[in-house]
Amino acid sequence: MTADASRGAQAPPELVQLLTPEGERVEHPDYDIDLTPEEIRALYRDLVLVRRVDLEAVALQRQGELGIWASLLGQEAAQIGSGRALTDADMAFPTYREHGVAWCRGVDPVNLLGLFRGVNHGGWDPAEHNFHLYTIVIGSQTLHAVGYAMGIQRDGAVGENGAATIVYFGDGATSQGDVNESFIWASVFNAPVVFFCQNNQWAISEPLEKQSRIPLYRRASGFGFPGVRVDGNDVFACLAVTRKALTDARSGQGPVLIEAFTYRMGAHTTSDDPTRYRVQDELEAWKLKDPIERVRAYLFKNQLADQAFFDEVDAEADELGRDVRKRCLEMPDPEPLAIFDHVYTEPHRLMDEERAAFASYLSGFETEEGGR
Amino acid sequence: MTTLTLAKALNEGMRKAMEDDPKVLVMGEDVGKLGGVFRVTDGLQKDFGEERVIDTPLAESGIVGTAIGLALRGYRPVCEIQFDGFVFPAADQIITQLAKMPLRSLGALKLPVVVRIPCGGGIGAVEHHSESPEAYFTHTAGLRVVACSNPADAYAMIQQAIRCDDPVIFFEPKRRYWEKAEVDTAAAEEWFPLDRARVVRPGTDVTLLAYGPMVKTCLEAAAAAEEDGRSLEIVDLRSLNPLDTAAIAESVRRTGRCVVVHEAPVFGGFGAELAARITEECFYSLEAPVLRVGGPSTPYPPSRLEEHYLPDLDRVLDAVDRAFTF
Repeated sequence: MTADASRGAQAPPELVQLLTPEGERVEHPDYDIDLTPEEIRALYRDLVLVRRVDLEAVALQRQGELGIWASLLGQEAAQIGSGRALTDADMAFPTYREHGVAWCRGVDPVNLLGLFRGVNHGGWDPAEHNFHLYTIVIGSQTLHAVGYAMGIQRDGAVGENGAATIVYFGDGATSQGDVNESFIWASVFNAPVVFFCQNNQWAISEPLEKQSRIPLYRRASGFGFPGVRVDGNDVFACLAVTRKALTDARSGQGPVLIEAFTYRMGAHTTSDDPTRYRVQDELEAWKLKDPIERVRAYLFKNQLADQAFFDEVDAEADELGRDVRKRCLEMPDPEPLAIFDHVYTEPHRLMDEERAAFASYLSGFETEEGGR
Repeated sequence: MTTLTLAKALNEGMRKAMEDDPKVLVMGEDVGKLGGVFRVTDGLQKDFGEERVIDTPLAESGIVGTAIGLALRGYRPVCEIQFDGFVFPAADQIITQLAKMPLRSLGALKLPVVVRIPCGGGIGAVEHHSESPEAYFTHTAGLRVVACSNPADAYAMIQQAIRCDDPVIFFEPKRRYWEKAEVDTAAAEEWFPLDRARVVRPGTDVTLLAYGPMVKTCLEAAAAAEEDGRSLEIVDLRSLNPLDTAAIAESVRRTGRCVVVHEAPVFGGFGAELAARITEECFYSLEAPVLRVGGPSTPYPPSRLEEHYLPDLDRVLDAVDRAFTF
């Protein structure tokens, strides 16, 4: 068996970090960030609000209102940091856990719930937010992101004021053929794409050493582009590293792989039971590195926010949670004939025939009931 | 009118589509300088450049996956899968992504991607180069599946497929690539609809349903049957999904007998769907059960055996004879 020294409580030396778990600002030779107090408070607010939405969704699932939910607990900094590095022109391709990125892209959190409630397979227009639909098949979206980036190249939109794509995936996904093919494509075509891997240490029950013998960010060198490992629980570092990678990609310097070293503090999904495969001590160690607490500590210590601010954000979070809950419960079930909608873009005879036949079948019930 | 091989007709069709719409791209393995292993994309990269005719890395999932991304950005990619047996690495992208993404978006997204697949046997090739995987794709909702059988259709159908806003799996009968026929390259707006079947030889005694490479085989069988005094009607299905059930039923109701011919294995093949539909639609007109001629329910054999595997004139006529024994 191969032991992976990169996993565990000790932060590996190559980790880019700008804010320690204790809330101390530290310097890094290659990455820096200059944030106004207002910007830092805004990041804090993002982190708290997305955690609250996530918490509400878990509760909704426990109460039977959602079929399943994939919690982002613990990964807020990776998602908010990278999500806030994007410009409007950039395009993001998520997995099914990117609720924080969705928040940054302006997607209504309630729209995320449709998929998990079972009323649709994806409830938003990707072009409206430059945020693609959640992709459930592991790694498939990496190729879509690279293809989209090739489209950006063909539109002449690389260079000054250029655009890039960012694609999210997890540590488990790095074993998928599609992810490796996407690395090859991006490299060969020098596509403006940032690969943002949230290494949350666990692919359901399988720890990282089942996926890789080397730190994931080092995979990039074999494909011919830079890789960097960032403290995924440090929102400053995630923002700085992603900004740099996106700037490089937009200006035509090609792809970058970012490994955000983080931890899935919750279960894989609400159907999962992590007590069967990991020890409580590991979770406790990571709790000390919580992505929100360190920003709070930094704001507090540096007197950039007072208690009133924190209370205000908490109140806003509670209100958001209530609103998400209310509108989730109001989400109507689709009509039965919606099964046939949008399967094809252009008219399709078989859909028309089957829709009509099914409508006729259903109307038979109405007649019977009406006749009683 | 001009005389073209089926391969050249596809080439000219793609060229026309690329001239008409700058968003049309061609991508695949060896499609650029080489012009594809069957030369179907010959000369396109020279005339349209490497940005529009893309030699891709050697990975089929990557071809279709990046084509999806390009389509999301507003392009209309035409992917070449080099051989039928190599489509399977791309099957996940085709089935879970290409076919379902428009539905997943509740209609916000469209994916005008064409996946060209040279299909079928008869060229003496090694394993994985002679297969007929159409039933995998007809069974996948969200895809349109078409098969051309002759140069004139090839020229029009490839352009129609490229213009279509749905993903289209486009089967090309590889052993007919070199067949020549007159093609009217001027009749763009009078094209026969992409989703309609066509009677390519009228007859009165038996309906033969075929598509792709088997259309020619059936036409030869009909010519031979005529000498024996039997009149076979050949319907070229052209579109497998959606299926032109009305045209099929109209023919079978007239003839009362039907033989389905395809290269793919009979068991679980597309012919089963045809037989079931015809039975439902034409029950009172049928003089005999719908019979199927196809490959045995085995993997495609080594090429020295393929003449025994592939339906030929004699096997088609044998089935026609059986249709008169009920």
